[in-house]
Amino acid sequence: MTSPIARPLAAEPDPPDRSRPSDGVSPQTRRAPSAPAITSLVQRAPAAPDAATVTAPAVKVEIRNINFFYGKSQALHNISLPLHDRRVTAFIGPSGCGKSTLLRILNRIYELYPGQVATGEVYLDGTNILAPGLDLNRLRAKIGMVFQKPTPFPMSIHDNIAFGIRLYEKLPNSELDDRIESALRRAALWDEVKDKLRQSGLGLSGGQQQRLCIARAIAVEPEVLLLDEPASALDPISTQRIEELIAELKVDYCIAIVTHNMQQAARSSDYTAFLYLGELIEFDETERIFTHPQVRRTEDYITGRFG
Amino acid sequence: MGLYSRRRLTNWLVIGLSVAATAFGLLWLVLVLSTLLINGIGAIGPALFTQMTPPPGSTGGLLNAIAGSLAMTAIATLVGTPTGILAGTFLAEYARGSWLGEAVRFVNDILLSAPSIIVGLFVYEVMVVRMGHFSAWAGAMALAIITIPVVVRTTEDMLRLVPSALREAAAALGAPRWKVIVMVTYRAAAQGMMTGMLLAIARISGETAPLLFTALNNQFWSSDLNGPMANLPVVIFQFAMSPYADWQVLAWGGALLITATILLLNITARVLAAWSSFKQ
Repeated sequence: MTSPIARPLAAEPDPPDRSRPSDGVSPQTRRAPSAPAITSLVQRAPAAPDAATVTAPAVKVEIRNINFFYGKSQALHNISLPLHDRRVTAFIGPSGCGKSTLLRILNRIYELYPGQVATGEVYLDGTNILAPGLDLNRLRAKIGMVFQKPTPFPMSIHDNIAFGIRLYEKLPNSELDDRIESALRRAALWDEVKDKLRQSGLGLSGGQQQRLCIARAIAVEPEVLLLDEPASALDPISTQRIEELIAELKVDYCIAIVTHNMQQAARSSDYTAFLYLGELIEFDETERIFTHPQVRRTEDYITGRFG
Repeated sequence: MGLYSRRRLTNWLVIGLSVAATAFGLLWLVLVLSTLLINGIGAIGPALFTQMTPPPGSTGGLLNAIAGSLAMTAIATLVGTPTGILAGTFLAEYARGSWLGEAVRFVNDILLSAPSIIVGLFVYEVMVVRMGHFSAWAGAMALAIITIPVVVRTTEDMLRLVPSALREAAAALGAPRWKVIVMVTYRAAAQGMMTGMLLAIARISGETAPLLFTALNNQFWSSDLNGPMANLPVVIFQFAMSPYADWQVLAWGGALLITATILLLNITARVLAAWSSFKQ
């Protein structure tokens, strides 16, 4: 069961156990380059408000001088900001401000479409992932993404999750089933679907489908999770479950979330980036953005005076 | 007359016209089918499926024609469907917005609406003339050429209906493009693609003109794909034009058989569709 991806943790023998061996570097000193994976000594910790303030967390992704073009029109102007490991960073801003575009650069999913071009650098653990010649499929296996609308594949719940795992790992069935169970448990979906794993994923409710997509994304054990308005198509109860899930998942992952919902950003993120017309207006700890924004436009937006 | 009552009147008038137009269309369909049934039902019997086409004046069936039609349709489907699916995949997944894609789509649309007699003449020139004789291969190729544009079109349309979010989701897991297409996009579009294939089979099972120039006909049983082969449409054509009553009866029987087969194919397509959507 060797993983072709250079991820030592993928070879861990007991999948449900998410505890990961420390690489011996404390989070404070561990700046992005060469750190192989997320270090977490916390096992399935409850969604404690463990605060972004105790330690300065390592930078997992460093976005530098990003410009983005849809054909001739420029959608992002010189964006630079860090995404911290084991923290949630929210991208907020009015429609068309480029927050989804920014998210879609981080796994280069925009490259599915001709005519979309990004310039600048994005460093994942010190490697520029925008460099030409990079293996896109391996990159995307390391950076999971969940979309606005739930996107279950037209296959069984079991196969939905197995799909991603099978791409890069050859596991015996029992281990595969264990991985699927642990992914579903982490996505808080296991109890609802454990008796119908062989039924189509399309038969689930919208909220369940979205949690299935999250389970599918974390089943391949990525290092970064990108959430593109994951709750905007869901009812309040499902939304709450997704938010609780984000709080649990950030123990292990570097998470970036695009949201239109100001309360959601305030509730579930540690850092917030405010974008407007393709420019990064302000980036700071969420608490400061929402209490003492430095820029007038940020304040206007979060208080609902425009946008 | 008030505004409201005038609208009501217009409403009734237009509904009435629509119903009349529908009834007019259905009337002809019912007339065609009932004529077919009345004249053809007498020919349906064990002999139709077990005996060869007879000389005038003696009893017989359509076994050699049925077998020939099945063989040529099968070969045409085996050749035309994979080709059409691959070309449709190219158009929907790889050639979006490219001039090559536009050109291929345009040509395919022309092929789709090309009169089948032209396809027959083409294969006659390319195969029959060069080989020096009519053959079932030539007939199957002519039918395949008719199959391809139908399958290309339905495949492309069905693949385009698959939301791009689904492709993105699969790609975001690190799946290479071919895997996204084969394992996710095809699955999502499978039902529609299957329907397209069945429609193509239905379309070629009644084609006469292309077979007239290629497979021609055969009075006897033949399993030689390299020689002329009997087939239902051409036998119907020949027998229906003849002055012999027993041949005409067989022609009616053959026509009814083709119609029933097409109906069965369509019902199969519907059931398949309903079954797979029920499963979901």
